[in-house]
Amino acid sequence: MSDPNQGEKDDVRGYVAGYALALALTCAAFAVVRWPSFNRITTLAIVFTLGFAQAIVHFRYFLHITLAKSARDDLWLILFSVLIIVLMVSGSLVILMNLRARMM
Amino acid sequence: MNGAISPTILGRLEWLSLPFVRAWQNPTPDELIGAGAATIVVVGMAGTIALITALGKWRYLWRDWFTSVDHKKIGIMYVVLAFVMMSRAVVEGVLMRMQQATAINAPGIVEPDHFAQLFSTHGSIMIFFMAMPFLTGMINYVMPLQIGSRDVAFPLLNSISLWLTGGAAGLMMVSLVIGQFSTGGWSGYPPYTELEFSPDVGPDYWIWAVTLGSIGSTLSGLNFAVTIYKMRCAGMTMMRMPLFCWTTLCTSILMIFAMPPLTVATAMLALDRYLGFHFFTNDLGGNMMNYANLFWLFGHPEVYILILPAFGVYSEVVSTFSSKELYGYRSMVIATMSIAVMSFTVWLHHFFTMGQSASINAAFGIATMAIGVPTGVKIYDWIWTMFMGQVRFTVPMLYSLAFMMTFVLGGLTGIILAFPPLDYLVHNTLFLVAHFHNMLIPGLLYGMLAGYHYWFPKAFGFRLNEKWGQLAFGCWVVGFYLAFMPLYVLGAAGMARRTAEIFEPAFRPWLYVAGIGALILLAALVALFVQLWVSIREREANRVDAGDPWDGRGLEWSIAGPPPEYNFAVLPTVSGGDPFYTSKRNGDAYLPPERYENIEVPKNSVVGPLLGVFSAATGFALVWHMWWLAILGMLAIIITVIARSFIRDTHRIVSATEVERVDLAWRDKLFASRSISREMETTSANQGFAEVAA
Repeated sequence: MSDPNQGEKDDVRGYVAGYALALALTCAAFAVVRWPSFNRITTLAIVFTLGFAQAIVHFRYFLHITLAKSARDDLWLILFSVLIIVLMVSGSLVILMNLRARMM
Repeated sequence: MNGAISPTILGRLEWLSLPFVRAWQNPTPDELIGAGAATIVVVGMAGTIALITALGKWRYLWRDWFTSVDHKKIGIMYVVLAFVMMSRAVVEGVLMRMQQATAINAPGIVEPDHFAQLFSTHGSIMIFFMAMPFLTGMINYVMPLQIGSRDVAFPLLNSISLWLTGGAAGLMMVSLVIGQFSTGGWSGYPPYTELEFSPDVGPDYWIWAVTLGSIGSTLSGLNFAVTIYKMRCAGMTMMRMPLFCWTTLCTSILMIFAMPPLTVATAMLALDRYLGFHFFTNDLGGNMMNYANLFWLFGHPEVYILILPAFGVYSEVVSTFSSKELYGYRSMVIATMSIAVMSFTVWLHHFFTMGQSASINAAFGIATMAIGVPTGVKIYDWIWTMFMGQVRFTVPMLYSLAFMMTFVLGGLTGIILAFPPLDYLVHNTLFLVAHFHNMLIPGLLYGMLAGYHYWFPKAFGFRLNEKWGQLAFGCWVVGFYLAFMPLYVLGAAGMARRTAEIFEPAFRPWLYVAGIGALILLAALVALFVQLWVSIREREANRVDAGDPWDGRGLEWSIAGPPPEYNFAVLPTVSGGDPFYTSKRNGDAYLPPERYENIEVPKNSVVGPLLGVFSAATGFALVWHMWWLAILGMLAIIITVIARSFIRDTHRIVSATEVERVDLAWRDKLFASRSISREMETTSANQGFAEVAA
């Protein structure tokens, strides 16, 4: 007989692991800024990388987006949304930076 | 008579804010036209209220329509709203054509300021309160039926979307009677719409109406996308969905991503106007180019929000009335998806002349031309669908054919405008006006009208009159060509858009032709209403209770017309594309279910109408600076939402016996009907039971 509470235990374990990872990544990001030991560009890159990892942790542990087949639709939607947002934000930046440069 | 009446209570409302008072003091033709329009609104409103009261229909309206969360009723209410708003906006369009035809070296019939209000309301209404409600209503009605669902994913949210849109449309109508509307065009560009240049209430009306409408549309988009992802019936994989559902999905995605920039832009403009911010002002660090960028970040995807549902309608109509499977279904899906993505890569072509470098203009120009490719794929697919088919020239099919030819012409002028150097020559002229009317009249209006004729028998159980439909169709097409082809000539000759008075006599003949075209378009609108009237009067002769008047292909035709509120007595299972068409051929359509079960449906809710009224009141209060009412309205909105979350009893059960009774009654009618061949589908012999050729 399998434990009827097994699913619930797995859930809790997943949330705890996610919480720990999210907390660690947040602390790491703050630590890099609080105790500077790299130059500015490297620090910025590290913070961005940690932020990206943070987003993936949230998707994986809290929104249950995995590479499993059942979540494939959701994954597609997220990738699609990312594409659109990248298009909108990067396009706006290019246009407005260009205008700014030409007005200076 | 001058000055605010009571600043604490009525804000900046003056006696002179009322067009009646203005017309009394200064009875020029211009003021009389304004007062006349206001009178029509007031009399129309009072007449409607009196009529409903006299018929004793308030309870019926409230219980069966206003508070309903049934996707079918919400869809119908959206379309009714679209028709009401379209009537006003068409009349405004005609008035503008009359002004330009009479204002050649003369002042014409309206003052320049009034003319500016006309083109601002015409554009804002046609986009936000005619096109958007029409397509949202069409999607609402049809899409859940096509995917074999009982409702949309969030029925209450659906009702809230409707009432936010309704409240916003109400604000537009109120602006005719109290105060005045913006003179800044439908795009409301600052710095002109900032306090410095437009201190009156006009831009505020525009801001709050558009903000409410855009929030409603965002919510609708979320609702539709979730419905398509989560509510499809068994066996309905994505690639088996009717094409209308695919275009709905892409439109919803565009709504989700494109409406928020608009809401942000109008909110920022509101901050500028109300709280002294400087986002878009000329001085203190403001920059209106941020507004242009945000607005068109919404504005271009919006074009495809409007056009894609019509593409879906054409795909259904052409396939059904050719009795053929849609040619190149897969290529259609890919083309629709490509258009959805590419629509986010072209927005800069709306401001080629704003001053960015040539290479950026070139990049967006090329993207703009590229988006014509998937659209071209679709046109060929429709043509191949008709090829060797059993084509019937019913009214929806006529609209589809007119669309294919007219839209291609508009597309070609679009390619001209996509060249930045050519755009520099014709931007801000009537050439542009002609171009976008050439895209949106066939690409939206014809599509929605085709869908209206096509699905009307499903929604109401009787067919629309063919003769009046053909007449309306003829007027829409002839009127369109006469009204807008001359504008290409005038635009190429350099006539600026939004001109209230013209000083070039050579333009006269073209303006006259365009004016006649506008009158024919007005006749088309009248013909539509006459058609509805005639069709209702002779409805008994044209009943199609069995529910399948056109030998339909999708699941929506497999149930009664009108369908019961739970749509399907038993949720269907499908095993391929065109499920109903195939099962009719296999002889397993209309199989009675083995057993009936209880069905859970959402209860009516007053939350939608309440939120609509409260948000419209808040908008009105903000326009007139009646701060007490604005605070009260916002509090009421918050309290309503919180109070709703405490209501746990939100569903009721339709019992299995009731479902069985209704279903059997429909089956009795179905089997009593005579099956008819396609040649007879526009005659009274059509009772909605299609004869299946072996």
